[in-house]
Amino acid sequence: MAEKKKLSRRKFIVRTLLGGTGVLLGATYLGRNTLRRGFYDLMDDPSMLTYMGDTENPVIWFQISNDNVVTLHSPKVEMGQGTFTGMAQMAADELEIDVDNIQVVHAATSTGNIDQMSTGGSTSIAGFWQPLRELSATMREMIKIEGAKKLELDVSQVKATNGTVSGGGKTLTYGEVVDGVTEWEIPDVPALKDPNDYKYVGKPVPRVDLVDKVVGAPIFGMDGEFPNMLFGAVARPSKIGAKFISADTSKAQGMPGVVKIVEEVDFVGVVAKSMIEAENAKNAISVKWNTDKSWETEDIENLIQVGNGNDMIIQKEGSSGWESDAKEVDQFYSAEYSSPIGAHAQIEPNGAVAIVENDTATLMISTQVVKITRSEVAKRLGLDEEQVNIVPTFLGGGFGRRLHTPHAVQVAVMSKAVNAPVKCFFNRKEEFQNDTFRPPTHHVMKAQVNDEGVITALQHDFASGDVAIDSALVPGFAHTIVGTDIGAIRGGQIQYRNIENVRAISWHVELPFATSWWRSLGLLANTFAIESFMDELAIKKDKDPIQMRLDYIQNDEAGKRLRKVIEVAREKGGYANTANGNRAMGFAASTDAGTPCAHVVEVLVENNEIKVEKVTCVIDPGFAVNPDQVKAQCEGSIIMGMSASLYEKMYVEKSELRPTIYGPYKMALMRHAPKEINVEIINGTGTPGAVGEPPLGPIAAAIANAVFRITGKRLRQMPLSLA
Amino acid sequence: MKVTFTINGESKTVETDGDNPLLWVIRDTLDLKGTKFGCGKAACGACTIHVDGEAVRSCSFAAKYAEGKNITTIEGLGNKDNPHPVQQAWIEEIVPQCGYCQPGFMMATAAMLSKNPNPTDEDIDKKIINVCRCGTYYRMRKAIKKAAELTTNSPINS
Repeated sequence: MAEKKKLSRRKFIVRTLLGGTGVLLGATYLGRNTLRRGFYDLMDDPSMLTYMGDTENPVIWFQISNDNVVTLHSPKVEMGQGTFTGMAQMAADELEIDVDNIQVVHAATSTGNIDQMSTGGSTSIAGFWQPLRELSATMREMIKIEGAKKLELDVSQVKATNGTVSGGGKTLTYGEVVDGVTEWEIPDVPALKDPNDYKYVGKPVPRVDLVDKVVGAPIFGMDGEFPNMLFGAVARPSKIGAKFISADTSKAQGMPGVVKIVEEVDFVGVVAKSMIEAENAKNAISVKWNTDKSWETEDIENLIQVGNGNDMIIQKEGSSGWESDAKEVDQFYSAEYSSPIGAHAQIEPNGAVAIVENDTATLMISTQVVKITRSEVAKRLGLDEEQVNIVPTFLGGGFGRRLHTPHAVQVAVMSKAVNAPVKCFFNRKEEFQNDTFRPPTHHVMKAQVNDEGVITALQHDFASGDVAIDSALVPGFAHTIVGTDIGAIRGGQIQYRNIENVRAISWHVELPFATSWWRSLGLLANTFAIESFMDELAIKKDKDPIQMRLDYIQNDEAGKRLRKVIEVAREKGGYANTANGNRAMGFAASTDAGTPCAHVVEVLVENNEIKVEKVTCVIDPGFAVNPDQVKAQCEGSIIMGMSASLYEKMYVEKSELRPTIYGPYKMALMRHAPKEINVEIINGTGTPGAVGEPPLGPIAAAIANAVFRITGKRLRQMPLSLA
Repeated sequence: MKVTFTINGESKTVETDGDNPLLWVIRDTLDLKGTKFGCGKAACGACTIHVDGEAVRSCSFAAKYAEGKNITTIEGLGNKDNPHPVQQAWIEEIVPQCGYCQPGFMMATAAMLSKNPNPTDEDIDKKIINVCRCGTYYRMRKAIKKAAELTTNSPINS
């Protein structure tokens, strides 16, 4: 095993975390404050908002066993997005070893390989592109140095190929080389390989977790166990804004299997011998909750209105007060759009397995915020952070739901109270009612068009609840500096910057329940509004909707990439602008975190039901480290986005968020999914960018635009419905 | 009560409250973690197993009804060295993303194919009604068709 001790530390990787070359949308932000501008730049370049950890020490990243397996400790978690596979590819190419000899695992915090950020925002591969290849190349050189010593040769006389070091007619495997090495010499970062020489990077390598996931291996948070483990259950509120006051636990005491009732200032839980016994006893507890006000769906809709809350201009080009400059002949158009409260509905519920004993705590948990989970547990237990070991597991879906892990604290507290390991998970009703929801939104689009049919001004006002506030991806003070929620505004800016006057205004509204990241943040709803309205304008002015968009795209680098994906989508999707009976195509495009994406959808309307039959998706992620997994992310984004566009909606009744189960919370199933999804990848820059969320952007608008061509009805509310 | 059944080819007797969902007996008593908990109300299909060859949502199947039955879970469907044709097809199409719902889908697919070796798209739509949040349905449909091919061409599984 490669040993960590006696490492001669040298700073050998210079990386500017908050600098670099951002692919900016290029908007003229209303940011007099340079810090504020800085945060906007961060949003546009995912590689800047992604990884903050140790890029100096290959030994905490790689372990090499005697049988020549390299274990890569990933500080980012795997939630289906394929990050582990992309990492294995990058490492294999620079380490000069077969990708099958690389095993990627989650780095427990005890390894010291800790990310100060979260896993999310479509940033992992983009952020690792440079440091992980450099770490891998450096590790390869370290192995060569030790190999040369064992072969009694100069390092210049040995070469590393296929997991071996050879020279002078002799060969050692990496495993043989590292055996017994306790002190490593760390050379300068060597030159990286020419991307054309990569054997794995850029190729459709099968997922590294594929077989485990196909045979049902116990890799998820809920599969975690410690010996002699007990089971916990925590009483959770069903009503909005409910605060725990007190509990009558008399009925639960002495119920079968109950080991202890754990009552704290902020929650009450039960520890029992089985999950069912814990659940039964929890249900027998009568909890007094403080709820100050009763809420209905209508109250929430009234809150989420443009004009409410704090407004912030996030994009402004051209003259101010454009309406007053209008000539007599100019025409004005406006339309309003909205999206509902969305649930994450990831299939693996939240929870954790904890063991707290003596002065240490160990937790196995599905989390996107390993560092924050550790801090919160340490703080509550009064331990140093180093005394808490977070062992991240594979996530049974992330989508932003694992960015808040207060349940980790509860499970740790219960474990401490019974002096034994405890496992505790949400039930499904608790998941639906205690989610950190996708906030509802409201949008007002306005346009001014001159007598030649040219759009001279376009404005997007939109209201949303919290998205990124309190999120691990954004420093706590960012909200204060920026003046708005930088998650809610994703996709909110207008990308047609050849329009003379362009403005986007974000209205931030406080909601009475928790809202947060939901895959793609504000992108889906914001693109729905902007791209539906562009289509409405094209129809009003009798223009081809794709050509009209192209006419307003600026000629800088971001504009050229957007133009290309639109043109390729038009061609590959064979876009036709008129309906064919009850079938029609719809088009929309968006740019998110520097990645442009366009969809051509083919929609069938039958008995007022909207059915998406085919999607052609064109994306330019900069560079696809794994084209197959980029396609998988596009397919998944399209289906998840379609599900949200057509079916999903939470409502509020007597202060309860509902529905509380799949089915009534309608989601796309096999029968709803398109039977054909063609993804075309453009490697526009040679450097990987965001992939996991950008393809969600255009889907709702593309569907609505197709539906209009079939029915003549303009659907401006998600979920889209003709009924 | 004591309940005796065959699971993945082995006879097992477990002590349990007969009304407990079979899912927890499988996961917590028998330590077979491939069968997943998703909703506890038979609404998502993550816990799908075979009981005498029928696809059953084990979160809503009382343990007492397992008496004398022949049960298969994902661990008994196939393994790394010898995957079931459905698992083989899932590997070839690189279906899983997060992977959590996938055992339930594979069990539902295997049960469907055992009765209907060549399902149409309509059959698939009707029979495969589990929930996948990552949106792998597109690849799953391709994998189901591939599994049908593999099953038809395989002398063992025909």
